Amino acid sequence: MGSMAKTGESLMAWNRKHLLDIESLTAEEITTVLDTALAFKAVGERAIKKVPALRGKTVVNLFVEPSTRTRTSFELAEQRLSADIINFTAEASSLKKGETLKDTARNLEAMNVDVIVIRHSASGAPHFLSRVLNAHVVNAGDGAHEHPTQALLDVFTIREKKGSIAGLNVTILGDILYSRVARSDIWALTKLGAKVTLCGPATLVPKTFEQMGCRVTHNMEEAIRDADVINLLRIQHERQRKTMFPSINEYSRLFGLDRQRLGQTKPDALIMHPGPINRGVEIDSDIADGERSVVLQQVTNGLAVRMAVLFLVNGGKDPQEISAN
Amino acid sequence: MNSLLLQGGRVVDPANQRDETSDVLILDGKIAAVGPDAGKRAPGDVKKLNVSGQVVCPGLIDLHVHFREPGQTAKETIATGSAAAVRGGFTSVVCMPNTSPAIDSSATVALVQDRGEQAGLLNVYTSGAITKGIAGEELAQIGSLHKAGVVAITDDGHCIQNNDMMRRAMEYARMFNLPVMDHCQDYSLVTDGVMHEGYWSTLLGLRGWPAAGEEMIVARNILLAETTGCRVHCQHLSAAGSVRLIREAKKRGVPISGEACPHHFTLTDAAVAGSEKFWAEDGKTVFGYDQMSAALPAWPSYHTHFKMNPPLRSAADREAILEGLVDGTIEILASDHAPHCNYEKEVEFDYAPFGITGLETELALSLMQLYHAKRMSLPDLIAKFTVNPARLLALDKGTLSVGADADITVFDPDQEWVFDVNSSRSKSLNSPFHGWTLKGNPTKTIVGGKVVWSGGE
Repeated sequence: MGSMAKTGESLMAWNRKHLLDIESLTAEEITTVLDTALAFKAVGERAIKKVPALRGKTVVNLFVEPSTRTRTSFELAEQRLSADIINFTAEASSLKKGETLKDTARNLEAMNVDVIVIRHSASGAPHFLSRVLNAHVVNAGDGAHEHPTQALLDVFTIREKKGSIAGLNVTILGDILYSRVARSDIWALTKLGAKVTLCGPATLVPKTFEQMGCRVTHNMEEAIRDADVINLLRIQHERQRKTMFPSINEYSRLFGLDRQRLGQTKPDALIMHPGPINRGVEIDSDIADGERSVVLQQVTNGLAVRMAVLFLVNGGKDPQEISAN
Repeated sequence: MNSLLLQGGRVVDPANQRDETSDVLILDGKIAAVGPDAGKRAPGDVKKLNVSGQVVCPGLIDLHVHFREPGQTAKETIATGSAAAVRGGFTSVVCMPNTSPAIDSSATVALVQDRGEQAGLLNVYTSGAITKGIAGEELAQIGSLHKAGVVAITDDGHCIQNNDMMRRAMEYARMFNLPVMDHCQDYSLVTDGVMHEGYWSTLLGLRGWPAAGEEMIVARNILLAETTGCRVHCQHLSAAGSVRLIREAKKRGVPISGEACPHHFTLTDAAVAGSEKFWAEDGKTVFGYDQMSAALPAWPSYHTHFKMNPPLRSAADREAILEGLVDGTIEILASDHAPHCNYEKEVEFDYAPFGITGLETELALSLMQLYHAKRMSLPDLIAKFTVNPARLLALDKGTLSVGADADITVFDPDQEWVFDVNSSRSKSLNSPFHGWTLKGNPTKTIVGGKVVWSGGE
């Protein structure tokens, strides 16, 4: 997929008011976001990183579930697009006093906000909001459902390093069952033609995922042998220790990526992680910092991808014009 | 007074194995005569009603409704619930005890009975709680509840987890010949599940409520019914394994029974992912799909009107429930009418209360999925709404025998109509069937010889 050559063509492929999930997107729409993000990445490398694309627009970051990384990334993306920003967290809001999400959102909308970026612990909350509001809704992670901008930055990073996605073997390791990143990644990767393998303990990687078009295995060696990309997901031991697996130590022994296992992978296999990393659990510390790790590029690209998403849902068409400013 | 002659209808009375074109004479609120010649015995001044082309059957019984009184009258009252019930063709209902406070004392039973009489539309029976406050910890005063007139005991909405408690409740209830009804849900398996555990819960990222969570308790109840000899009734069955277990237990003569609700044998878990996903596959076998296909009802993903407990299950489970109804494993149809306010349902899927209304769509959906789909005869279907629940609860209802109370439902099995939830007589609007084209509609609901609802008027 020669991205720049196709830019003009694929930019036509975005008419969505919201970004709620990857599942409902077409491959063309995903490519449109990636191509748009490429232009915004160039903006981020200039001395003056700000463009006027969202000047006069108001964006609310409605983070009902706590988040540091994603919220910071969205905030910075919004600032670089010159939007006015309101940050809203559940702890310091009327949601804490029992106000419903619908009322909270409609009150915000009554102040004529243009975009609501929502993070919520309940799956489907952004979809619910999109039905009761006129504002644009961007999903910044809903429950165990989806985290679309994370998947977009993941495929952006893979495309940047590997040239294209089609035909790649991508292995996602760890807690798949509770992971919104996994679901969004599965949709984005399979839509773009990658072969996805899921691996982890049977309790966290049920066979049901095969129906989403993935291979499921509980054998780490088998999972990583042919992988072009290995995406490690965070193991949330605070939540799952009780019945999902016996111990962090056992998890690490069975599914952790250490130096010896790294030696069994393809020499050019990329190592990814959406963060925050548990060093020494799902990944050895020095691998996380090693030359095959693209963890920090993912963070950089996240900014460009989020700028692209905010730009597109607001009806933006050609980022080239913007970057000419 | 309360006398009426119904002329020329198809009289279907499974209790008396009657299915013929006939007249039904009601005198002073009782059935006076049934038969082709019944009209001849009518006094000259009796009002006559031509019901030819319609079905005349014993008044329908729904043994599973939530009328929310006392304490939750923003959702429903006994008066509004009664109005919805008679519109749905029902002449008797059994209220569930998970009110606020719970129906766990003779005083609350009396309150429900009084309100039912004040509403004055149909027979409002109530069940009583098995445990105090439906907390599952101490037995309620089951003897007093029996004396006050409950027709069964249940902790519906909750499920007693302590097997010894359940066993003792059965032994105790058996003294009074009271059936024990159970909402079958193993909490340790279900935890905080909000929809059926399967492909769609995986895709939607919603926590799963596995079928085994129901089957586990159905199996427990079978074992305890066998141990104690108590009649045990498993409520709102949703899972294939539950049907299999009950089928096998009944063959052994265990005093166990079950009920099914229209939503469980019409919809599947795919509906939680939105109408497009549902109609793409599972919805195609719903009776009337071809007729509706011009304008299929539409709803978005994560719609909370598709959240109920137990949840909508897979297409295979739906099929197993239908098979269980057809082969007699499941003898009773019920609605689990569970009204909730709009503001309670208009929230994130995880936070919405479980439950949907059902009284007004129940007969039509049952006719569609069972009778019109050519799976079951009309008498077999009507038995599941009349004589079968009456027998389980030992009610003097569900029959057109001479001398019985003249509780009669007249319905047009072929009438097509569109259900508009905004014209519902329930206080709540939480039905997943809004906008559906339904087939079969009650035209007259008669309680004690009095017409309490009349269609098209």
